[in-house]
Amino acid sequence: MQSEKINKPDINIPPELQSQVAITTLDRIYNWSRANSLWPMMFGLACCAIEMIITAASRYDFSRFGMEVMRPSPRQADVMIVSGTVTKKMVPQIVRLFNQMGEPKYVLAMGACASGGGPFKEGYNVVSGIDKFLPVDVYIPGCPPTPQALLHGLIILQKKIEKEKLADAEWYKKDFYEEIPVPILGPDLLDPRKYHLFKKEIDTTTEELVIESDAKGEEA
Amino acid sequence: MEDQIFVSDLPSLDTLYPGKVTLDTRSGYSGFIVPREFLLEVSTEIHDVWGYDMLSSITGVDYFPEKMEVVYHFYRSLGGGALVLKVQVPRDDAVVPSIFSIYNGAEFQEREAWDLLGIKFDGHPDLRRILMWEGFEGFPLRKDWKEAYYEGDTKPFSSRWPEGVAEHSENKNIFNDNVKYPENFDPDKWIASGEEALYLGLQKSENGKDMETESIVINLGPQHPSTHGVFRMAALVDGEEIVDLKPAFGYLHRNHEKIGERNTFLQNMPFTDRLDYISSMSNNFGYALAVEKLMGVKPPERAEYIRVIMAELTRIESHFMSTGFLLNDLGAFFTPALYALKERELILDVFEAVSGSRMMCNYFRFGGVVRDLPAGIQETIKNLAFERLPGKVDELDQLLTENEIVRSRCMGIGVLTAEQAINLSVTGPILRASGVPYDIRRADPYSIYDRFDFDIPVFYHGDVYDRYLIRIEEMRQSVRIIQQAITQIPEGPVFEGKPQYQVRVPAGEAYGRVEAPKGELGFYVVSNGQANPWRYHVRAPSFINLTSLRQMCLKYKVADVIAILGSIDIVLGEVDR
Repeated sequence: MQSEKINKPDINIPPELQSQVAITTLDRIYNWSRANSLWPMMFGLACCAIEMIITAASRYDFSRFGMEVMRPSPRQADVMIVSGTVTKKMVPQIVRLFNQMGEPKYVLAMGACASGGGPFKEGYNVVSGIDKFLPVDVYIPGCPPTPQALLHGLIILQKKIEKEKLADAEWYKKDFYEEIPVPILGPDLLDPRKYHLFKKEIDTTTEELVIESDAKGEEA
Repeated sequence: MEDQIFVSDLPSLDTLYPGKVTLDTRSGYSGFIVPREFLLEVSTEIHDVWGYDMLSSITGVDYFPEKMEVVYHFYRSLGGGALVLKVQVPRDDAVVPSIFSIYNGAEFQEREAWDLLGIKFDGHPDLRRILMWEGFEGFPLRKDWKEAYYEGDTKPFSSRWPEGVAEHSENKNIFNDNVKYPENFDPDKWIASGEEALYLGLQKSENGKDMETESIVINLGPQHPSTHGVFRMAALVDGEEIVDLKPAFGYLHRNHEKIGERNTFLQNMPFTDRLDYISSMSNNFGYALAVEKLMGVKPPERAEYIRVIMAELTRIESHFMSTGFLLNDLGAFFTPALYALKERELILDVFEAVSGSRMMCNYFRFGGVVRDLPAGIQETIKNLAFERLPGKVDELDQLLTENEIVRSRCMGIGVLTAEQAINLSVTGPILRASGVPYDIRRADPYSIYDRFDFDIPVFYHGDVYDRYLIRIEEMRQSVRIIQQAITQIPEGPVFEGKPQYQVRVPAGEAYGRVEAPKGELGFYVVSNGQANPWRYHVRAPSFINLTSLRQMCLKYKVADVIAILGSIDIVLGEVDR
């Protein structure tokens, strides 16, 4: 079915060559090959990782979609499946892993926790969804999502990849360099991108405090 | 003479040590209160004289605003009930002597109590934060510590129920995120620390060698395919040999206990599923037992049988998984695991049919199970227990046990002697592989396990190979239990009383423990008569079994560490909670 999609050239191919020659656009063949050989990163966080392993195992077998090669090294992986609760202690490592992946790269938020914190959202060590730090391509609901749901998410990702255009691809542009600043473990999680906000907030709160205490002083 | 002491029940401790030990007389409580200056003396006595050689659990309770309490649960490795000691200290001077020198298994549990409750243990060799990172502000489990998304002390929050409209917690926070900082904190002046403490804590060996060699630190994890999740350890190696090793935890610390103390009793049930996410039915079992002890209810016959069947299916499923993944770690990448996972899927189908979910079953309730077995599933279980599983366990056995590579990589590796295992609070298959016939189903029977005919397999070498063999043997015994239970199961109700969302739990404390696939899973629950538990602590077997990792790895090669870790069979959801 996939190969039929490639071969829609609007050009008449002589019948004797039809099984040997395919005329297509570069975008289509490039995306077709990319989408069907996605290598996920072998990287599990929590409960969802077990369902991810099951998806790779014989019953559901996502190698049928060209994803059998799970790579523990981020350098060799195309898609990061964030499978489980993202904790504050772990998120610096996850961001670092994402930074180490080569372009083009995709992120799948698997399950409630990775999508938005899930049942553990209120916890003091839990990040409210990996999208606070990484650009997520596909969210998969469920706690944990069934293997079918993960497969569906991966197929959605393939469809997304098939729609991309080489001309628009950011990672081929000149001076493309996008590294996400790694969060720091302080008295609580510190996101370097929020330092300015941090300063402003602290300033306003102290100003408010000053005003309040002044008002109190006047009253007294 | 000593035999008599072990067999006879201990006379009450307060009569034995008058002036040092007093009976805990609060209603609903049991055990003894020891002033902190006598703790070391009394625990030495109960260890050396009275045979309470296993420290099961240490935890703290914050009785805000009066005092802190440290609760110790001791058991005998020969079986029997618990001896509970409590030490009460003021909140602003929470210092207790460490019992690490008597019970080495206290190491991580004391660190956890320090990390989460701020109880200082005097004399602990390495008292650092364990689940949170060094530098984190505050002690989260103290009742006066509020998280960033704090909304109310107890659920259900009035903003959500009965007529509330939920609002995103992010919008209420000035940083639009789940963070809070001390007042006037300046991020530019912050210097992160903590990593050095882990590496500097590694001890070089002091034995004099002819040649001066350099030892290096190898850091493994948290992102590593053979750590079974996000476990991390730092090893000091001399050549290929492990000189010292320290695990680092907390990369999946999901604040079970803090959330659990906000939840109502019943709301905690689905959270227990996510502890050891491979064996959720066992987790339900332990928590249900603890709360049932407090409530004083007993499930009807049919529910008891269903519970046992589900718990044993869980054990088989979990052991299949651990055997498969041990072989992954040994380098037989995924072929044996595929055989194991295939059988696991069949058991998951049963779980899905009875509970509606493959992994997170949330099936048990206080006083029974949530619903009866659906039509036809009894036949499926019968089929599994009599036809399918026995043959498949044998198949795995034939495939692996005599395999030359398995034998040479597992035999004599990671040896843990019986004394070491008991002293390090190790439980479950690891303890039994070291030659201690301790299984809570026999040592301190719960539910209806006393009715079934089954053996407790024991192996004596205490190496990786025995830990693998014992799992195979335990699967056979579990099949036996299921065979008996599924033929004896009576008809009748599966729930005692009327199902309700809000259960009445009288004030008091209870410690419920079950023999989970990984070891002793305990739940320590304190109720003050309200709708929410005052304290909810999980004694996680994977976490405490890891105390023995260092001991097992010393003097072996780097490659063996992976096999040893695989043989402990950890699940990170339970290690970090």
